[in-house]
Amino acid sequence: MPNCQETLKELELFLDSELPNARIEEIMAHLTGCTDCQGAYEFHAELRTIVRVKAKRDHLPEGFTDRLLACFEPQSE
Amino acid sequence: MNTKDQFTSDAMQYAPQLFSTALRMTRSRSDAEDLVQETYIKGWRSFHTFQEGTNLRAWLFRIMTNTYINKYNAQKRKGTEVELDDVEELFLYKRLGAIDQSQLSSSAEDQMLELFTDDEVKNALESLPEDFRIPVLLSDVDGFSYKEIAEMLEIPIGTVMSRLHRGRKAMQKMLYEYARDKGLIVEPETVEGSGE
Repeated sequence: MPNCQETLKELELFLDSELPNARIEEIMAHLTGCTDCQGAYEFHAELRTIVRVKAKRDHLPEGFTDRLLACFEPQSE
Repeated sequence: MNTKDQFTSDAMQYAPQLFSTALRMTRSRSDAEDLVQETYIKGWRSFHTFQEGTNLRAWLFRIMTNTYINKYNAQKRKGTEVELDDVEELFLYKRLGAIDQSQLSSSAEDQMLELFTDDEVKNALESLPEDFRIPVLLSDVDGFSYKEIAEMLEIPIGTVMSRLHRGRKAMQKMLYEYARDKGLIVEPETVEGSGE
């Protein structure tokens, strides 16, 4: 099982779902038993959620969809 | 259903996501509108090359990323690479531990949500140098994998990983500064406050 140092080093890959399944299980096993690393994991997972949610709240400009649809008409060449 | 109807019904659902990412890329509403429009024009023109059953969303984002790089970044590519200051590991996590719980209302789960406004998160993203901004956007906001980002930007996966790592740390530092400037975090080693 990975130690704290290894877990924290791989936290980013873990959050990015870029680790092999076997490694994911090992990291999860460590997180379950280690409140310090679990705290770091939860913090970064929440930060990811915040960035994803808050950086996406933009309204399409008025009439923009219609302008896009007009691009598919033949005369928009 | 004819090809145009099919493209319209399949591709238009991604317009809001493309527009948000275009805004963060270009940092300008009019440039973002142009970029998304150009993406759809190019997408429609080359839709016959799209392989059905593959990821249309990734395909559109790839077109948009390429268009952006070619259009807005052509001169810059020739120039020198922008570097970022080195930021220590777990930068924000180490500092937000110092937050006075009583300054924040409601449950612990909402703490960070309350700490940063939408604009602050957007500004932190937009202030990253381009080489870092685009991978961070494509990963953190749009959820693409390292492999997909490497393909979109035509850079090695290792480069994607290091730019994500450094870009995210720089973003955390910026978020920290916003929180500090709002008085939500007291810097431990602040001593310079001159007596008045």
